[in-house]
Amino acid sequence: MKRSYCGSFASCDCFVEITEASTCTYTIDSVVDVFFHDQIEQVIVNVLHEFNHPLIHVKLTDKGAFDYSIEARLRTALERYYHET
Amino acid sequence: MRRSLLFLPGNNPAILNNADVFDCDCVIFDLEDAVSIDEKDAARSLVVQALKTFEHTKIERLVRLNGVDTSLFQADLAALLEAKPDGLMIPKATVETITSVNQQIDALDAHSSILLFPLVESPKGILEVQTIAILPRVKGILFGGEDFAQSMQIERTKEGWEIFTARSLVAMACKAANIDAFDTPFTDTFDEVGLRKDALLAKQLGMSGKACIHPNQIAVVQAVFSPSEQAIFQARRIVKAFEEHQKQNKGVFSLDGKMVDKPIYERAKHLLEEARQLGLWRESDEK
Amino acid sequence: MKNSLSRDILDHQKPFVSVHDYQNHPHQTIAKKVKTEHVVFVYTIEELMRHLNLKNGMCFSFHHHLRSGDQVINTVCNELIKQNLADLTIAPSSIFPTYHGLYDLIRNRQVKTIHTNYLNGPIATLINQKYLSDYLYMHTHGGRARAIEWGEIAIDVAFLATPAVDKQGNGTGREGKNACGTLGYAISDLEYAKTVVLVTDTILDRLQAVDFDASYVDYVLVLDSIGEAEGIVSGTTKLTRDPVGLKIASQTVALLDELGMITPHFSMQTGAGGISLAVTEFVKQRMIQNKITARFASGGITKSYVEMLEAGLVEALYDVQCFDLDAALSVKNNANHHAMSASEYANPYHPNPIVNDLDFVILGATEIDLDFNVNVTTDSFGKIIGGSGGHADTAAGAKVAIITTQLIRSRLPIIKKRLTTITTPGDSIDILVCERGIAINPKRQDLIQRLQGSNLPLFSMEDLYHLQHQLTGIPKELPHKEPIIGFVIYRDGSVLDTLYQY
Repeated sequence: MKRSYCGSFASCDCFVEITEASTCTYTIDSVVDVFFHDQIEQVIVNVLHEFNHPLIHVKLTDKGAFDYSIEARLRTALERYYHET
Repeated sequence: MRRSLLFLPGNNPAILNNADVFDCDCVIFDLEDAVSIDEKDAARSLVVQALKTFEHTKIERLVRLNGVDTSLFQADLAALLEAKPDGLMIPKATVETITSVNQQIDALDAHSSILLFPLVESPKGILEVQTIAILPRVKGILFGGEDFAQSMQIERTKEGWEIFTARSLVAMACKAANIDAFDTPFTDTFDEVGLRKDALLAKQLGMSGKACIHPNQIAVVQAVFSPSEQAIFQARRIVKAFEEHQKQNKGVFSLDGKMVDKPIYERAKHLLEEARQLGLWRESDEK
Repeated sequence: MKNSLSRDILDHQKPFVSVHDYQNHPHQTIAKKVKTEHVVFVYTIEELMRHLNLKNGMCFSFHHHLRSGDQVINTVCNELIKQNLADLTIAPSSIFPTYHGLYDLIRNRQVKTIHTNYLNGPIATLINQKYLSDYLYMHTHGGRARAIEWGEIAIDVAFLATPAVDKQGNGTGREGKNACGTLGYAISDLEYAKTVVLVTDTILDRLQAVDFDASYVDYVLVLDSIGEAEGIVSGTTKLTRDPVGLKIASQTVALLDELGMITPHFSMQTGAGGISLAVTEFVKQRMIQNKITARFASGGITKSYVEMLEAGLVEALYDVQCFDLDAALSVKNNANHHAMSASEYANPYHPNPIVNDLDFVILGATEIDLDFNVNVTTDSFGKIIGGSGGHADTAAGAKVAIITTQLIRSRLPIIKKRLTTITTPGDSIDILVCERGIAINPKRQDLIQRLQGSNLPLFSMEDLYHLQHQLTGIPKELPHKEPIIGFVIYRDGSVLDTLYQY
């Protein structure tokens, strides 16, 4: 199965894993979910919208990353996903 | 003023979050040596997002791209021109590579006001440094002692005789071109005494700043490359005395047994201006 | 009802009024213990229990000077489990995760109430799950001493781990195979508990110094071992290597310099966290540079302070607990290293507590609000991760109380509009130093004046509040769940805040 990932589990970072799927979905597992769930979700939603809702599942494991890091890791994971033949 | 330049690994969010905490004059977000080959794309993306997100009013933001001859360079350049840091540091700089960079920038965004900071770290680069210093967009040159020694197939030492001439050439070339000259980082992060000695030598040779590889090096480097209290005091005396002599139409005179002429006066004024910019001296102090 | 800081408390409780309100109320101690019988020596816990005749509803106290190495509390709690006693009040001065016996006792629902000054780990989790039939009361070091002296914590039996005891029943912490140094937190227990048991593993002919006077002691229980000395070093940190922490520490010392606080004969106390240890190190360098000696340093004493004493940088140490074996050795051998009781250290009703003589204290925080109120009891998730210890006491007593902390920890901003829990009221906190700047409590116009024209990065708390949100985004407010699991008790006995289940 086609798969890509980016990031790490270090504090202030996040790990994004992308797998092939039949629809466009995502899950969020964050140590600060109770405080920042909406902001984290918005980052993912915006990027997936920009990429036209690809048929993938995004699994985000967050260790307190700022929004810009989540966006960067997600973008790179997507680029890697598309690069895979 | 660019006294200290701190290298920060481009793929480390925890460190990037704190880029402006360390009170250095410039940060260099590093996409080259501090990033493993597998993570070059991740680092590029992270640095681009960081530049777009943080405002960083008190520091100058530079990015060290991967080498011009690598397959990564073009993607780095395109992405960073859009993200608009203040400057780009180009490793393995020669006349050829910097000229190529300028051409590529012109092709992508001719009106770009981005500055270039060549990292001269090869014998060829050193021998061409006078020409590199006057190329378009170039505002400062960093001398890379470790890679230079490797190319020369010689050993690096703390005394630094093996890089003495190279340092001097960089300092002279930059002074002649009226741009900044930055010294190679001191690699022993636990040796504060050695760091100060090394920084003082660089200053003595005419360099205006030094790269740092760890935040705990910044305080020492800033202190060395800032005008000292003593130097400011002396400069104030010189300026005051010279201007008073001028009013009485006397040119050259002697202060503390040493001759003071116009060049010395100009240097003192320049030092006071530096001090003023750093908040170490105010004109009102003279009243 | 709401107290003066707008925190909810129960209607019948005494509400927190102000940091200095204690001056409006008289000191009201119960009588100290008067004993007529000789000290009885016993050699098994069973024999001791036959003498003690424990009942349901009693209150037992312990000190925590053996820290993670303590076996006394576990031994006693296992006995309480065996005897199936119920509705107990347990008052250990701190609770460590190694107190497995206490954990089991609570899990068996045999405990009604807990009084303590510091708590984290699995026992905190149990308490959060409402395993106590009454509540958890979190005190300050000075406040616990006061509460015992006033009979608010009415101790039936104090089980005091005592490293060495002589044949008359005098005790000390400075000698014995598990010497731990001072026994400051146990003195009020010794003097005011109805029955006092010293638990030891070393009997000596003579003691070099007496910490526990035999006139208060009823029983001595002699065991093979009261714990392990290595456990004493536990729970302490090393000097921070993190560049951000080092920046905070050096900014703090630059600030102290500008405030003129590192001058001959000053006095200081620093906490045990990584940044505090770095501050101590930088202050020491300044002192050496400028040839300045300090009048004293106080609090929990570490090797670092012992070295300063021995180098003549500090004239005296006032020690309420030894954080490592170097400190334990020093209090035994160095006449200028003084042991002090929790009352002498921090009881607001003591005529001259050491905290009132402090020029400055460096403290930590998990949260701080716009009024400078500070939380060190819970994290932002509501989980109990500590407690005041000496935090609220030193803040109230010291001329200048400084909080050193990172502004943001794993995306969580430190400055809140409303704290999860208040441990120390803002009127006793003067300055916040974080890596992005320094905020001075507007109530300290004298300090603000002193820093006019300074090059230090001074901000208002509001500025830092907004700055942190620019970086992290604005966090949602965390709702707490009823039921109430406990209360934060200020040093004067008033209720500062309520602890909820999260």
